[in-house]
Amino acid sequence: MIKARVAEAPAGWKQLSVIRFTALGALVIGALVSLPFWGGPGVMRMMVEFLTLLALAQLWNLLAGYTGLVSIGQQAWIGIGGYALIVAADDLGLPIPLGLVLGGVTAALLALPAAGLLFRLRGGYFSVGTWVVAEILRLLVTNSTDWLRGGLGRTLAATGAMARETRELLTYALAVVIGLGVVALVHLLMRSRTGLALTAIRDSETAAANLGVETQRIKLFVYLLCAFGTGVVGALIYLNLLRITPDAAFSVQWTAFMIFIVIIGGIGTIEGPIIGAILFFILRQFLADFGEWSLILLGAVAVVMMIFAPEGIWGIIRRRWQFEIFPVHRRIGAGSDNAHAA
Amino acid sequence: MDWVGTIVQGLLLGGFYALYGIGLSLIFGVMRLVNLAHGDLIVCAAYLSLVLIEVSGLPPLLTLAIVIPVMFGLGVLLQRGVLNRVLGLGPMPPLLITFGISIIIQNGLLLAFTADTQRLPAGSLETASVPVGGWATVGVLPLLNMAIAILAIIGLQQFMGRTDLGRAFRATSDDPTTAELMGIDSKRIYGLAMGASLALIAVAGILLGMRTTFGPSDGPARLIYAFEAVIIGGLGSLWGTLAGGLLLGVAQSVGAALNPGWFQLAGHILALLVLAIRPTGLFARTRDL
Repeated sequence: MIKARVAEAPAGWKQLSVIRFTALGALVIGALVSLPFWGGPGVMRMMVEFLTLLALAQLWNLLAGYTGLVSIGQQAWIGIGGYALIVAADDLGLPIPLGLVLGGVTAALLALPAAGLLFRLRGGYFSVGTWVVAEILRLLVTNSTDWLRGGLGRTLAATGAMARETRELLTYALAVVIGLGVVALVHLLMRSRTGLALTAIRDSETAAANLGVETQRIKLFVYLLCAFGTGVVGALIYLNLLRITPDAAFSVQWTAFMIFIVIIGGIGTIEGPIIGAILFFILRQFLADFGEWSLILLGAVAVVMMIFAPEGIWGIIRRRWQFEIFPVHRRIGAGSDNAHAA
Repeated sequence: MDWVGTIVQGLLLGGFYALYGIGLSLIFGVMRLVNLAHGDLIVCAAYLSLVLIEVSGLPPLLTLAIVIPVMFGLGVLLQRGVLNRVLGLGPMPPLLITFGISIIIQNGLLLAFTADTQRLPAGSLETASVPVGGWATVGVLPLLNMAIAILAIIGLQQFMGRTDLGRAFRATSDDPTTAELMGIDSKRIYGLAMGASLALIAVAGILLGMRTTFGPSDGPARLIYAFEAVIIGGLGSLWGTLAGGLLLGVAQSVGAALNPGWFQLAGHILALLVLAIRPTGLFARTRDL
C-alpha cells in the first residue's frame, strides 16, 4: 500500500478551481448553518451524530493513515472528554463550550505520559499498548465510585436548566464548528511542512530521521493533537447523549467505527473519511437494529477491502478519474510542486 | 489474609497467561505480526469445545483432540488465505485485518451464544486439587496447564534448535528473502507458525474454560494479558514470557486480594511499570526466537 502510493504519485490530477472549491465550501457551510431554520430537531440531532463520527474518523486517519500510528485505544480520549465535560459543567460550574475545551486538554495531558511509554513499543505492540491505556482509564473511572459513580456512570445536569431548544441549538452549533474545524485542520496540517514530515515518517521512519525529520517530536505532536481533538469530540458526544457510563464511553467500538469508516472510505485521504462516514451513517439509519449483524458486515467489508482495495472507495475514484477535492499530495517536478501544495 | 494462597493462585492463573503470551510471541518472532484477534480466537476455542461437549457428550479434556487440530487448520487458513496476501505492505494492513476479524468473532459469538457467560463442565476435575507441602492446595487443571506451558516452551526450543523445519523458521524470521533463495517457502512457514500459535492458545482456552466462566466479549482482555506477559518477560524470550505470565497472574491475584476492583488494574500497572523502568522486559534476550 505504501509502496503503491509512491509509485502512483499523481502526475497531474484534476482539482477543483479556486472558485469551484470556494463555491462547494460555501454551499456545505451554508447548508449546515441554515439547517436549524429549515430542519427539525430530529435532523439536527442526526447531523450532530454524523459530524461527530466524521471528526473522529478524520482524527484517526491523521494518526494512522498519515502518520502510521495505528491506535486502537482512541476510546480512551472519548471517555476522558465525556467525563471531563460533566465534571467541568456540573462540579465546577463552567460554561459548556469551556467544558469541551477542557475535555480536549485533559485528554492531551493524560496522553503525554501515556505517549512516553507507548512510543517505546513498535508496530503492533504499540497498538495493543494504546488499548491497555484505554483499559486502565476505564478501570480507574469504574473504581471511582464516589466522585464519578463507578460503573453506574453520571448524567450531565448543567444543561437541565436550559430550554430544550437552546441546548439542541448549542449542541448543533458546536458540532458544526468541530466537524468542519477538524476537516480544515487536517487539510491545512497536511499541506504544511509538518504534513510532509508526517507522510515521510509513515512511509519510512528511518529514512525520514536520516533526512533530518525530528520523528519523535512530530509523532508526539500528532498523538497529542489527536488525543486533544478526540477528547473534544468525546465531550461533544456526551453533551448530545447526556448520560455516560465507563463501559460505553471507553468501549473499543468507538475505535472500530473510526477504523471501518476510514478503511472503507479511503485511508490516507481527507475525502475518504467523509465518504466512509456518509456510508456508515446511511447504513446505521437503515438498519433499524444496529447491532451485531451490522458490525459483522462492516468488519467483513473492511477486511475484504484491506485485501483487495486497500486504497478504499475514494482511492478507487481518485485513480479512475484522476481527481481530488482536498489536494495534499506532493508531486515531483520542477516548479510545479510549489504551485500545488507548498 | 492468606498471602501464600493468594500468590499460589496467582502463579497458577499466570500459567494460562504465559500460554497466551507464547502464542502471541511465536508469530511475532517469525513474522513480526501482532494478531489483534488473538484473544478472540482463545475464546473461540472454548466455545468450540462447548459445542462439541453439547453435541457429542465428550468430556472437556477429550475435546482437545478435536479442537487443537481444528484451531491449527484455522490458523493455517487465516494466514495463507488472508494475511499472506498483505505481506510486505508494512505493519498496518495485517493489524487492521486482524482487528476486523476480532470484531467479527466477538459479534458472531454474541449472536450465536448470547452475552451469557459459559463454563465447560469439567465434573470432578473442576475442583480436583492436590495438597502441596501441607500449606496450600493446588488445582489439578492449572497444574496440567502449567505442565503444558513448560512442555510447549521446551518443545518449541527443541524444534527451533534441532529440526530442519525449525531451522527454516529461524531463517525466515531472520531474513525471509534470503531464506526463499535457499528454497524455503516462507508463506508455508508463516502458515505453520499461525497454526501452531492457535493450537497452543486452544489448549489454554479450553483449560481456563473449565476453571472459570467465559463470554463473547472476553477476547480483548485475553489479548491484553498475552501482550502483558510478553512485555513483562521481554520480547523474544519464551522463558521470559512464562515468567512474565506468572508475574502478571500474581499481580492480579494480589491486587484483587487488596481490593476486588483492582484485579485487572494491578496487572496493567505492573506491565506499565516494567515498560517504564525496563522497556526491554525483565528477562529480555536480543534474539527473537
